Amino acid sequence: MEYLVSIILSGISVGGQYALIAIGYTMVYGILRLINFAHGDVFMVAGLFMVYLSASMPIYIAIPLVLILTALLGYIIERVAYKPLRSAPRMSVMISAIGVSYLLQNLALYITGGLNQMYPKIQFLSDSITILGATTRRVTVITPILVIILIIVLTQLINHTKIGMAMRAVSKDYETSELMGIKINNVISMTFIIGSFLAGVGSMLYFSNYATVVPLSGSMPGLKAFVAAVFGGIGSIPGAVIGAFIIGICESAIKSYSMISVFSDAFTFALLIVILAVKPTGLFGEKTIDKV
Amino acid sequence: MSNCVLKVMNLTMQFGGVVAVDNLSFEVNEGEIVALIGPNGAGKTTAFNCITGVYAPTNGRVEFYGTTMVENHPKGKMRKQYAGENNGTYLRSIEPTPDKITNLGIARTFQNIRLFSQLSVFDNVLIAKHMRAKQNFLSATFRINHAEEKRMREETYAILEEQDLVKYAEDIAGSLPYGLQRHLEIARALATDPKLLLLDEPAAGMNPQETAELTGFIGQIRKSHNLTIFMIEHHMDLVMRISERIYVLDFGKLIAQGTPTEIQNDPRVIEAYLGVDEDA
Amino acid sequence: MIKQEKNHKSSFIAAIILVAFLIILTLLETFGSQFPEGFLRKTFSSTSMLYTVLKKGATYALVTVSMNLLNGFTGLFSLGQAGFMLLGAYTYGILTIPSAARDDVYYLHGGSAINFSTQEIFGSLFGNSGVGGAVSLILGVLIAIICAGLVAAFFAYLIGLPVLRLKSDYLAIATLGFAEIIRAVFQWDKLAPITNGANMLKSYPTFSSFNITNSNGDVILRLSTVVPFLIAGVCIWIIVLLINSSYGRAFKAIREDETAAEAMGINLAKHKRLSFCISSFFAGVGGAMLAMYASTVQAKTFTSAMTYELLLIVVIGGIGSVSGSCIASFLYIACSEWWLRFLDNEIILSNGFKVPLLRNSFRMVVFSVVIMIIVLFFRRGIMGNKELPDLFKRRRKKPEQQEAAK
Repeated sequence: MEYLVSIILSGISVGGQYALIAIGYTMVYGILRLINFAHGDVFMVAGLFMVYLSASMPIYIAIPLVLILTALLGYIIERVAYKPLRSAPRMSVMISAIGVSYLLQNLALYITGGLNQMYPKIQFLSDSITILGATTRRVTVITPILVIILIIVLTQLINHTKIGMAMRAVSKDYETSELMGIKINNVISMTFIIGSFLAGVGSMLYFSNYATVVPLSGSMPGLKAFVAAVFGGIGSIPGAVIGAFIIGICESAIKSYSMISVFSDAFTFALLIVILAVKPTGLFGEKTIDKV
Repeated sequence: MSNCVLKVMNLTMQFGGVVAVDNLSFEVNEGEIVALIGPNGAGKTTAFNCITGVYAPTNGRVEFYGTTMVENHPKGKMRKQYAGENNGTYLRSIEPTPDKITNLGIARTFQNIRLFSQLSVFDNVLIAKHMRAKQNFLSATFRINHAEEKRMREETYAILEEQDLVKYAEDIAGSLPYGLQRHLEIARALATDPKLLLLDEPAAGMNPQETAELTGFIGQIRKSHNLTIFMIEHHMDLVMRISERIYVLDFGKLIAQGTPTEIQNDPRVIEAYLGVDEDA
Repeated sequence: MIKQEKNHKSSFIAAIILVAFLIILTLLETFGSQFPEGFLRKTFSSTSMLYTVLKKGATYALVTVSMNLLNGFTGLFSLGQAGFMLLGAYTYGILTIPSAARDDVYYLHGGSAINFSTQEIFGSLFGNSGVGGAVSLILGVLIAIICAGLVAAFFAYLIGLPVLRLKSDYLAIATLGFAEIIRAVFQWDKLAPITNGANMLKSYPTFSSFNITNSNGDVILRLSTVVPFLIAGVCIWIIVLLINSSYGRAFKAIREDETAAEAMGINLAKHKRLSFCISSFFAGVGGAMLAMYASTVQAKTFTSAMTYELLLIVVIGGIGSVSGSCIASFLYIACSEWWLRFLDNEIILSNGFKVPLLRNSFRMVVFSVVIMIIVLFFRRGIMGNKELPDLFKRRRKKPEQQEAAK
């Protein structure tokens, strides 16, 4: 029983972290139809920010500073690498995203000198606690709670504020929104800022669990978060979250069986292919018809 | 008594809750030029798309020279949502892809020009010959098919010559002026050796002089290529001058049919559509 | 008659140039160490980086062109190349490790499930040494390479069935996913008797196996650089033939406008599958070549990062240009393996001043920045979508056009 509980707990925990990253993917895709390949690496850079900042200032200053810097990074990436290509064919923007991902990974490799960086212990999160007989860290419990709170806040923002309505309009119909006078640049920047901010939060939770930060730390979680977003229905925030939790739990379960544990990553992709073959719009997605 | 080339029976296309084409039935006979007119959004291009396989219709049947080419009936979610008529008349589900329909001998042009804009004019037409060539990728790659390749090139040259487009052969298709691009699209469609040609607003964006030339042109290719022509058009002078029969669509439903004179005097048509001068 | 293909005379000249180049290459590699001490010796001696760059460059050129066929010419944005290279590399290795070496390579798993090698099969027909040995080696390697391609193409066929009808962004992620799944499968220890699990495959014939040695064991003719050029050259030539054929035009039509292509009678599913399988075939061959270059094969090196690298090379060379991909491959490999290596080393000037920024991995950062600059400002890459012969054609055309306009 404790075994099962610990699997589910760690599944919910990592699922929640994926969820925070997945939201960034699904929001950007909803508006720009772009798979932001660099998003996972922003997550990794946020981890590095914390490593370096916490070495020279107290944790309670480092935490908000990391979040601000991560949001800023997302904003800058959009301005520099995606905005100039908005009128270019879709492949060009995706290639640019891959290029940014490549650049971030190589920068991280260069700056860290290839050495693994140890993430600082955030006391509150790393303390051990016991739930239903299973021992785990507090971050495992905090994650789902925090994720739900953030999602509620985000949903309020999207459904009840002016900028939220603008975001919904742009993701439904880009050109018409522009014609209606919505400041597209602000909407897009806001999307990236929110997405990157959430990725920053996710990185704090994730690296409190897996305490090593390497340049490739972001690529797998990033891909899995993207699969979660597709699985739940690209463009749908609740879908992305539910997808992420499902993937987290399944991954946790597979990892516990040594015979197939090497497939824990591959499973996520198998899930992706199944959903794309069976219901490409995802669990909660809507079908759109292109006019010929 | 001439052959019936195209017979559309109870064609219905429903998107979600919207019935775009509602129980449409009509015929086109061999050698005729028939037009489909109606206000914007009436469902004309949707009907075209159902006939050419771009959409699978929700209900109905399309026959080509007497053989059923497309047939469908409400399935899945549509079974409850279906708001049209004749539910239950058609039992089979035949949903060919557009390339199969082109292979049977139906070619089409598009409302918004869809040329291969980065390729040359010559290549645009040459590509339409690929479908009927006797070759596979191995014989094509290793040039075993050089006789076929030669034939395709000669036929392409002949079409360009007939259309007076030879001098543009090496130019990039996207760099041609608009009127010539429309000509090229028709030339490309002719290269598939069709028996039935579907033209979607061939005169769109043309001035009165170009439209007059197009009128003569359509009559001429009908004769030289032995075609039957079915077209959607808004330019009334083109429609009235060249069509033998006209069908009028409004909100997806057929509201009138007849000769040009009959249509011009039909009160329902005037009310729905013809009241405003289109060629201002 | 308009637009006949390039006439036979220019292809003949190109072939002669190519053969001459290969002969010179062989001579340089064999006798390069005998240049007098200095720049020439350093550049052309058989241990020089030049040959490493040429070998790896030829391999990457083939894989890049195969990726360009799929992404650039057919417009299918696929990120699965590394997976197909992996399949090709492993097929080649598994088929050509000599039986004597099998136990050693598969030591952790008590020997291999496959206990023959293709060159030994031919060896029983033609002999194992001297001219017969050479023939067996060549035939064995050739068969193994073709199998590598066929295995990759077969998997491409299977994968393509569900995946090819997806929109471009989803196709990218689905193919990426398949590549990751393939990588996980090849590291699975249940399959180890065939794949050696997470351990590497080695001891199979490499490019250096083609060097001709005399009875003393001294090398008398070095063919180790010519061989990859031959293989890559033949394959790229076939791809070019395909691109210029009717099917190549159909692929371009699909890239330009799928709906219009379909309306002109091109069956999308069949042609996309064809492009995907052919591209993967050559990616598999490229994988086999990579195995021969590196002398060892291990699943974990075929990551999605390798695919990204290839994609970026395609972009640098020009999406839709075969010559661009070749040029960009050689440039990229030359810079990363040879010319820009200095960026990774600390340089201390004679007055004790340490040049800032230069240390390990700086080279990759510089690359990434250069790539971003190209993607943002030079989207067409080096060659755009033109080929090398087009650059020469334009000069001659202008006077012709002026004549016609008169």
